[in-house]
Amino acid sequence: MSRHVDYLYFFLTANLIFFTGLVAVLVVFFAIRYRRAKNPKSEPIHGSMILEITWTIIPLGISLIMFFFGAIVYFHFNRPPANAMEIYGTGKQWMWKFQHIEGAREINQLHVPVDRDVRVVLTSQDVIHDFAVPAFRLKGDVVPGRYVSVWFRATKTGNYRLFCDQYCGTLHSGMVGEVIVMDPAEYQDWVSSRGEGSLGQQGEKIFQQLGCNTCHRNDSLARGPNLAGLSGNPVKLKDGSLIIADEGYIRESIVNPAAKIVAGFDNIMPTFQGQINEDDMIALVYYIKSLHNQQPGGPVKTSPNSTEVPGANPPVKLQ
Amino acid sequence: MATPTVTNELPREHYLNSEFGIKSWLLTKDHKRIGILYLLSITFFFFIGGFFATLIRIHLLTPEGALVTADNYNKLFTMHGIMMVFFFLVPSVPAVLGNFVLPLMLGAKDVAFPKLNLMSWYILIIGGAITLWALVSGGVDTGWTFYTPFSTTFSNTHVITAAMGIFIAGFSSILTGLNFIVTIHRMRAPGLTWFRLPLFVWAIYATSLIQVLATPVIAITMVLVGLERGFHIGIFDPRYGGDPVLFQHMFWFYSHPAVYIMILPGMGIISELISTFSRKPVFGYKFVAFSSLAIAVFGFIVWAHHLFVAGISVYSAMIFSFLSFLVAIPSAIKTFNWAATMYKGSISYRTPMLYAFGFLGLFAIGGLTGLFLATLGLDVHLHDTYFIIAHFHYIMVGGMVMAYLGGIHYWWPKITGRMYPEGWAKLSAMIVFVGFNLTFFPQFILGYLGMPRRYAAYPPEWQVLHVLSTAGASILAIGYLLPMIYLLYSLRFGEVAGDNPWGATSLEWQTTSPPPLHNFEVTPIVTEEVYDYSKEREAAFV
Amino acid sequence: MSDRTVVIHEAPEHAAHHPMLQHHFDNMEQQKDAASLGMWVFLITEIMFFGGMFAAYLVYRYWFYDAFVWGSSSLDIKLGATNTVVLICSSLTMALAVHAAQLGMRKMLMFFLVLTLGLGFVFLGIKAIEYHDKYVEHHIPGHGFNFEAVTSADGSRHEVDQGHAQIFFSLYFAMTGMHAIHMIVGAGLLSTLLYMAWKGKFSATYYTPVENIGLYWHFVDIVWIFLFPLLYLINRVH
Repeated sequence: MSRHVDYLYFFLTANLIFFTGLVAVLVVFFAIRYRRAKNPKSEPIHGSMILEITWTIIPLGISLIMFFFGAIVYFHFNRPPANAMEIYGTGKQWMWKFQHIEGAREINQLHVPVDRDVRVVLTSQDVIHDFAVPAFRLKGDVVPGRYVSVWFRATKTGNYRLFCDQYCGTLHSGMVGEVIVMDPAEYQDWVSSRGEGSLGQQGEKIFQQLGCNTCHRNDSLARGPNLAGLSGNPVKLKDGSLIIADEGYIRESIVNPAAKIVAGFDNIMPTFQGQINEDDMIALVYYIKSLHNQQPGGPVKTSPNSTEVPGANPPVKLQ
Repeated sequence: MATPTVTNELPREHYLNSEFGIKSWLLTKDHKRIGILYLLSITFFFFIGGFFATLIRIHLLTPEGALVTADNYNKLFTMHGIMMVFFFLVPSVPAVLGNFVLPLMLGAKDVAFPKLNLMSWYILIIGGAITLWALVSGGVDTGWTFYTPFSTTFSNTHVITAAMGIFIAGFSSILTGLNFIVTIHRMRAPGLTWFRLPLFVWAIYATSLIQVLATPVIAITMVLVGLERGFHIGIFDPRYGGDPVLFQHMFWFYSHPAVYIMILPGMGIISELISTFSRKPVFGYKFVAFSSLAIAVFGFIVWAHHLFVAGISVYSAMIFSFLSFLVAIPSAIKTFNWAATMYKGSISYRTPMLYAFGFLGLFAIGGLTGLFLATLGLDVHLHDTYFIIAHFHYIMVGGMVMAYLGGIHYWWPKITGRMYPEGWAKLSAMIVFVGFNLTFFPQFILGYLGMPRRYAAYPPEWQVLHVLSTAGASILAIGYLLPMIYLLYSLRFGEVAGDNPWGATSLEWQTTSPPPLHNFEVTPIVTEEVYDYSKEREAAFV
Repeated sequence: MSDRTVVIHEAPEHAAHHPMLQHHFDNMEQQKDAASLGMWVFLITEIMFFGGMFAAYLVYRYWFYDAFVWGSSSLDIKLGATNTVVLICSSLTMALAVHAAQLGMRKMLMFFLVLTLGLGFVFLGIKAIEYHDKYVEHHIPGHGFNFEAVTSADGSRHEVDQGHAQIFFSLYFAMTGMHAIHMIVGAGLLSTLLYMAWKGKFSATYYTPVENIGLYWHFVDIVWIFLFPLLYLINRVH
């Protein structure tokens, strides 16, 4: 995809050279040909509708072509493939922290396998940062209070510079790192050698520590919606609207539960704003996303399509 | 008369010798004197902003940063931006040249509200003083864009002071725009219909519309930033549910039209220069006039192209991208019309025309590189890199400052009654052109390679490009210092200019240089189109 | 002189012109037109100024509907409605003042200016009462803010996000505060008009300042006409 960005760049550069050259050549030519020494009398020409139309329509046409192809590339940037592998990250003054699902954590470095679609889900702990990898022709602002994601598919192994591209304070210029693209086998070795407990396991611990399971459960004591099978599916809200449950919805429901009440439930969930930092939030959100056809509190499945769970009840239907 | 006149003496009585003493300047209601007050002030602000730019470029000579700490670097680029945008670029042409020339071009005795005009100058000075106070008492390090929540919650610098200075200075811009709108509508000389107006007036009118409509929005945005920072009220702070991106929308709703406030008057000057120094009417007068208005209107609906990677929806981004391409079209139309004006003209290479040539080329590059940024897929790569810096400096410095210098040289004889030294002036223009390109062209390349903005240190392989850029900056500085010297010199020793040294046709040249206190001995009545050289014999100067 | 202009000879200086004519204008009509246009353009800038805050309010109201609805409900609708009536009446007295000026009736002009000024002070007084109530209830944003959403009917409590409530009240104070500042400026302008009227500066041939400040006063009234429903009325819980 970065190839396409370069095609756009060359097209626009050619356009730039052509039109600047045209204007420059005309100006220089007229300046010399009609210089006062050789041409003391000017000819009062007021305009030409044909010329005006021509030099309006042609730039408009070229602009529309640029717009169209630019929009296609941008659309592509914003539609990560459904089966992309996910890595979570936080930007904070003045470093990048990444969390692999298998549990590996790293600072200012991001190891990824080559030839895989990778989606990086990011948030900021403090101010707005920007995750930028020029080699991938990619960037996205990382905003506090919400999740953003960028995705890419590295086609060549190697080390690529990572910059923070939104001014964020004193060490903005120090917030640099590398994306390290490895062969798939090497990546597997790397990521499994860093085990500290998978992201899902960390999230499960937090789920229990914060007492989420007192209300979000699968029995008659439940006062909140059951979260099994939530992720990626539509949720019916109290006002009748439908919303797809993605990580942004999950995070929002934790810090601002009153914003969207699920149909059939009351607005009684307390907010956890300020009680959980962004690193832990990522683990918790990931854990909730991974709940499928199983009781909360049971063994975590990291593979989205697995249905094999010992002792699970069918999930309660959200009303 | 549209042939140049040559006299040996200044007129006996004019606006400069009608009264003497500091009070006659500080309490003047004369738009010409107010224009000169603005000239002195914004030149001062320009050199402060330029000083910061010099420090930045010296610092960037080495990859680790040669000169200042990271914190101080952040303050340098912030203050450079604030001084240049709010205290130089926005006021420069309207407040200096607009104030001086507009009533003359309209055949009026003054602007509609002379006392308000003086108050506008004082407001700018107060705003500038407060902002400079923020500077000397420790600086501001948020970037001129003040993005939240950094500016409201995390920065440890004098944000509120700077925001207040900008808030106040904004009113100078609003009141100047208001004054000009009423002046143009209500004080034109008899016979001066809208389509007989010089294109500089159309440009100033379009600018004034933007000033009046857009500036209040930055005012209220700065108020909210100040309140948030002072009282922690949570409008932009995500910890309270506030939205940092809302700030960006409000900020850019003004700041994008603001860039058109900065460039439109420059374009107006170029229309005058090319017409006068080709001795021809501007090609496509109505198209150029309406293009100014079109730029003003479209300029209001493209602001979110600054937010393409900030998290707006894809559909929203597509709309703003499309509109951003549309806003470029009137500028293209103007550029072609200017070039066409030279066709079969009688072209002089005097200094103002050299600045106009420079403008045409550099504005073309600056404008066309804007298309790169309107193109969504490309903007993702180029956003917040040196490419953006190069793009806007090509328009603002390569375009606007060159137009401003061209205008200063063009109207210098009218303002002072004396000619500047042509040789030195031509040399300076060429030094500026070379220095400018050397400074900013490498930055396009740096940006494409990925060098981020606002970085105090950078990867070593990019050092060559930075050294080239700094070398260019030192040349550019010389190009800007020379006019300071020779223009001052000309005040005393310059050749007496006469009423109309350029043989131009607009009304300001039909009165003495310098003009009398009330501009015209008798009110002119206009009977013909503005750029009419047709009845002329050959021009007497080259 | 230029080929494109024709010379005329102007009347000699200071020949019989209105004492209030400023010298850069050709005649009183041009001066009056210019002043009116100037005031209209200024009012448009004020629309843009308030518009920014209105936009922020509407955006946050959409996102944080719950907190905003309860915030609105905690504002005293009786005081707000009274203030609305007060301002509308003051616009009436202002219009009558302009009318008196047009007719050259000095005493009537002064009478209506005093009435308008008085009504303006009533508005500000009621606003002060409201702000005081907010202070007592801990609804002022910043340190010590605590919003309890209580139904007046049965006193039952309702959980509302404090951060969102704080945003509501921040915008409430910013918008009504900015409006109040404009009212205070208006009061100053009216006082100046009163003084000028007392000094006999106005007549049937010159009353431009009265007219233009009247426009300003009507504008401040209209801003309140928008503020009141948006802040106090829509979707009240009780």
